[in-house]
Amino acid sequence: VGSASPFRFAAIVGTIIGMAKRIVLTVGTRKGCFLLESDEGRRDWRVRGPFCDGWPVYHAVIDASSGAIYASAASEWHGAGVWRSADLGETWEMSSDGLQYPEGDLKLSRVSGLAVAHGKVRVGAEAAGVFESEDGGATWSLKSTLDDQPGRDSWNDPSRQPPGHLGMTAILPHADDPDRYMIIVQGYGIFETPDGGGTWEPCNTGLRAEWPLEDERVGYCVHKLVRSPADPARFFQQNHCGMHRSDDGGHSWTEVTDGLPTDFGFVAAAHPHDRDSFYVIPLDPGHGRVMPDGAAAVWRTSDAGSTWRRLDSGLPQQNAHLGVLREGLAMDSLDQPGLYFGTSTGQVFASADEGESWDEIASYLPAISSVEVAAIDA
Amino acid sequence: MPELHLPPTLPSLYTDLPRRLDVDAATVDEAIDRLEERWPGLRDRLCEPGPALRRHINVYVDRERAGLETALEPGSRVDVIAAISGG
Repeated sequence: VGSASPFRFAAIVGTIIGMAKRIVLTVGTRKGCFLLESDEGRRDWRVRGPFCDGWPVYHAVIDASSGAIYASAASEWHGAGVWRSADLGETWEMSSDGLQYPEGDLKLSRVSGLAVAHGKVRVGAEAAGVFESEDGGATWSLKSTLDDQPGRDSWNDPSRQPPGHLGMTAILPHADDPDRYMIIVQGYGIFETPDGGGTWEPCNTGLRAEWPLEDERVGYCVHKLVRSPADPARFFQQNHCGMHRSDDGGHSWTEVTDGLPTDFGFVAAAHPHDRDSFYVIPLDPGHGRVMPDGAAAVWRTSDAGSTWRRLDSGLPQQNAHLGVLREGLAMDSLDQPGLYFGTSTGQVFASADEGESWDEIASYLPAISSVEVAAIDA
Repeated sequence: MPELHLPPTLPSLYTDLPRRLDVDAATVDEAIDRLEERWPGLRDRLCEPGPALRRHINVYVDRERAGLETALEPGSRVDVIAAISGG
């Protein structure tokens, strides 16, 4: 193994002892879900799909422990539901059983951010609410609509919602506690529950808003929230107004935008082994919301946001007006982790070396809304 | 019995759901009940809570635009159409 890296050596050993992994990307698009697969080398990729009957998919996730895939989708004709596959995409089922609000003012128009952890699947919805499944996505039950929280009266008012009307855009499970998780309400901010949705607390202290706030506790436009797998107390978020870091479990925030080309973007990803390393993709904040100057780049901090470094080797640098949406960036957990992003024009780019170099691994998919990744036992 | 024709977007969602079938029902709403009994979840594909037909689901009875309450005759033809939608 003279010229091989320690990572390649580990992969070879893993193969010999039968621990080789399949790297599986779940890609949610406007026209269904796609799967991209490779081995641990992450050089050659096979594309399968479209799945989910071509329904518009907001977020497709894969449970690394079971290999189960879930995709939140909303059909213009047939409403919202969550698709699931227990066999890596060979067969699929869709269920909306329980994905509805009791009779009253709230109407479910779509399901959005998914999260799988501790044996439960959770999905956010518009109007804003969180639903949970304990049977692998076959049936769902409403856990909360955050009724006593500041902003609750206005965030379901169509005239006061941000464009897109995404409602509850994301759910972030706690690393160890099955009942504790955070959610994002679009345009209002982060809330955390310690008891499975019974009670909530806003977690937006220190964030910035470029608009008047009626209540300082809420009104922040959080686009993406990630936690460091290497340090459960450390979080980063890409906000409509800047990049922010938290060292106290997401309860208070410090802006770390300096050094980035813009303060706007939708995505963020956490390095699986280094608590100080995070990635973002800055975008122009105006109507375009694409990478600045037609040149594609991912930016990395290795010092918790004090400095940022542009990573663009292998990415297009001319006439590349690429957008990446909230769930469009993901990182695997291999020893030398890989990074993946999907664009709103259907390209998927992958790096097998922590973002230092990139390859385009799919070119002509439908508009991409999400990319997630898991290493599955081969 | 009324003859029901379903859009091509539905059969792949449910085991053994055909595009065309006979249903024993006196109204469009009852016809959807018959579908729901055999293929649970199908009502949610066609109707919103209320109930009301989903915005882009159109139903015709003997070529006339219909609603959930529209009465069916034994020889009625019911067409459920997924309205043309986007690209």
